[in-house]
Amino acid sequence: MPIQVLMPALSPTMEKGNLSKWLKKEGEAIKSGDVIAEIETDKATMEVEATDEGTLGKILIPEGTADVAVNTPIATILADGESASDLGKPVAPAKQEKAAESAPPAAEAKSTPVPKDESPAPAAPKAAAEPDPEVPAGTEMVTMTIRDALRDAMAEEMRRDPDVFLMGEEVAEYQGAYKVSQGLLQEFGARRVIDTPITEHGFAGIGVGAAMAGLKPIVEFMTFNFAMQAMDQIINSAAKTLYMSGGQMGCSIVFRGPNGAAARVAAQHSQDYSAWYSQIPGLKVVAPFSAADYKGLLKAAIRDPNPVIFLENEMLYGHSGEVPKLDDYVIPIGKARIVRSGAHVTIISWSNGMSYALKAADELAKEGIEAEIVDLRTLRPLDTDTVVASVKKTGRAVTVEEGWQQNGVGAEVAARIMEHAFDYLDAPVARVSGKDVPMPYAANLEKLALPSVAEVVAAAKAVCYR
Amino acid sequence: MAAPKKIVAKETAHEKGNGADSPPDFTREQELAALRDMLLIRRFEEKAGQLYGMGAIGGFCHLYIGQEAVVIGMQMALKEGDQVITGYRDHGHMLACGMEAKGVMAELTGRHGGYSKGKGGSMHMFSKEKNFFGGHGIVGAQVSLGTGLAFANRYRGNDFVSLAYFGDGASNQGQVYESFNMAELWKLPVIYIIENNRYAMGTSVTRSSAQTDFSKRGISFNIPGEQVDGMDVRAVKAAADKAVAWCRAGKGPFILEMQTYRYRGHSMSDPAKYRTREEVEKVRHDQDPIEQVRNRLLAADMSEQELKAIDAEVREIVNAAADFAQHDPEPDAAELWTDVYR
Repeated sequence: MPIQVLMPALSPTMEKGNLSKWLKKEGEAIKSGDVIAEIETDKATMEVEATDEGTLGKILIPEGTADVAVNTPIATILADGESASDLGKPVAPAKQEKAAESAPPAAEAKSTPVPKDESPAPAAPKAAAEPDPEVPAGTEMVTMTIRDALRDAMAEEMRRDPDVFLMGEEVAEYQGAYKVSQGLLQEFGARRVIDTPITEHGFAGIGVGAAMAGLKPIVEFMTFNFAMQAMDQIINSAAKTLYMSGGQMGCSIVFRGPNGAAARVAAQHSQDYSAWYSQIPGLKVVAPFSAADYKGLLKAAIRDPNPVIFLENEMLYGHSGEVPKLDDYVIPIGKARIVRSGAHVTIISWSNGMSYALKAADELAKEGIEAEIVDLRTLRPLDTDTVVASVKKTGRAVTVEEGWQQNGVGAEVAARIMEHAFDYLDAPVARVSGKDVPMPYAANLEKLALPSVAEVVAAAKAVCYR
Repeated sequence: MAAPKKIVAKETAHEKGNGADSPPDFTREQELAALRDMLLIRRFEEKAGQLYGMGAIGGFCHLYIGQEAVVIGMQMALKEGDQVITGYRDHGHMLACGMEAKGVMAELTGRHGGYSKGKGGSMHMFSKEKNFFGGHGIVGAQVSLGTGLAFANRYRGNDFVSLAYFGDGASNQGQVYESFNMAELWKLPVIYIIENNRYAMGTSVTRSSAQTDFSKRGISFNIPGEQVDGMDVRAVKAAADKAVAWCRAGKGPFILEMQTYRYRGHSMSDPAKYRTREEVEKVRHDQDPIEQVRNRLLAADMSEQELKAIDAEVREIVNAAADFAQHDPEPDAAELWTDVYR
């Protein structure tokens, strides 16, 4: 039976096109792969290749014809042994045609009368946040710096799992640009504590590749400002591969390093990336404040089977706090913590923003305003429940962040409060943030660009109408 | 003013693979296997092009027609456990790795039975089982990732080799050289296979590359490189054997520039204005990788009939794949939310 050749589409949206040229004549032999015609639209040109062997029997649409609808028969091909006299016979249903008719989109076949394009998206699953582990009564508390808490977390996880390794600039022989990896080279050797060249894009990609092969890299960025060079590998490779592979191939990797404003290093070295990373599905984003949280959350991040962005803060590295002396102190990712209880206003912050929030709470207490402080600790998944429960209690909320306000984490928190606790609010949510400028160098300007305790106090009083 | 002195790179590590010596002959079994595997890719891609024309495949679709000898020759040098990663023109690589035609085709049509449950599409497909690590849509990203696969091999102390395929276009991305540097520094077992098909989309290598001998791109890192006739599957296999042996012996990375050609456009909507039809026809006529094997087999007393039988077998696989890919259900709506985290 003669085979029909149909007008192909150059793209799924194309409905018609011009048949600009026939490259084979009627009666000419055709091999699979031969270009037989040229079609074009206003956007592109395409060659029509034969996928069957035989002879070009009849051209049904002459060259130069404009606006030929997709799937219109444009020619017939005679198979070996057939002749022009076969042209009158019934044609074999062209493969295109056959497929189009016999392939009812499966979703329609089993769906309700609602057209599939209009059916609503199923509801998002709710992330269940686990509570912090119990610290048994009588547990010894050790005072240590955040720097040491991070080092201990990495060392403990490297002892526990031989697949965990650390790579980054100056992490080994220099002992860490901020001394966070002090002693790790001595304990674990150069195979597992790896100095990289200054090549963020490259080593982030190598880390992700190693993670795809099943290792558990900790990739240190000297600061997250430099991770901008590696952004593509973090977002496009690390965050999306599990989804794009239908769950086959994920990436257990931690990207960590100092984030946010340091002191007097100006615009390119002082930026808060909290909002950037926490927008990306597939990433988890952690930004702790206390030494115990730094340790427990970094351990959780290293064990997590997903890519985790672990945002540290240079200004906090030297701060000390009490860390429970437990063999395995792991804090689940995804749970905010009420750091201070209060009845009048909820102040929500994370990382170094907490410094302003806690000091402001002391000031406010002097004036009879009891602030409840929520340390988010994890920015993705965001613990909406804890924030909303607190706001339902206090009726007022202030967010504090060092980053910029537009599209910031504070904006997201405010939106969620509006969505889930609108009727409980006694005042609009207030945001305290970094000013909408690149970080200046001059000491006085830098101070002005960052949030201040006074601004937090003022915002809290404003939402309390005091 | 005197003409600037031409700087000639030191060529100690470089040998021309496509010189006068013809590559070692294949056995009859190798010829037949190569023919069948290359035909599978050719017929698969023709079918994919056809399904795209019908609107059954969406988005971007980059066909591998013309370049089949590269992946098939390389694959013949590998052992189980070696890893493969590539860019977006990936259908051929997946079939070469032994992934099933119907799973690949069903991914192209966005169906549940696709390798990524329909969530990845043409450019993003993976098979953990077959050690195929994608299918990456960002030009050059797979080079760092493939270097990371090699890093894992070295870390674990095994002798597996990672194959990172990329094109002449990707060769100009910065992270390629960042990867070269670390791969040689740490002696990582990775073969960088540059599939030079002469055009990055519509930009010819001479319009995009200061150094068009891509085998030399590793010189400043001391990575050896070779130019290979990527249209001759025997030449590819011979070069692959050498590079694989180099990597397995712990000597670090190796670069293979595969001189090849794509017959079709960059993607399905290609203006076809940047090269002549005569150029395409000439390569197709003189150098087609499949015709080369066919002609050798015919010269060795194989009958046209026997070869047709192979083609028929391959067409059957491809037709079954196309049929499956059009009838398999789309992913369940609940799949929208799965596989974001694990």
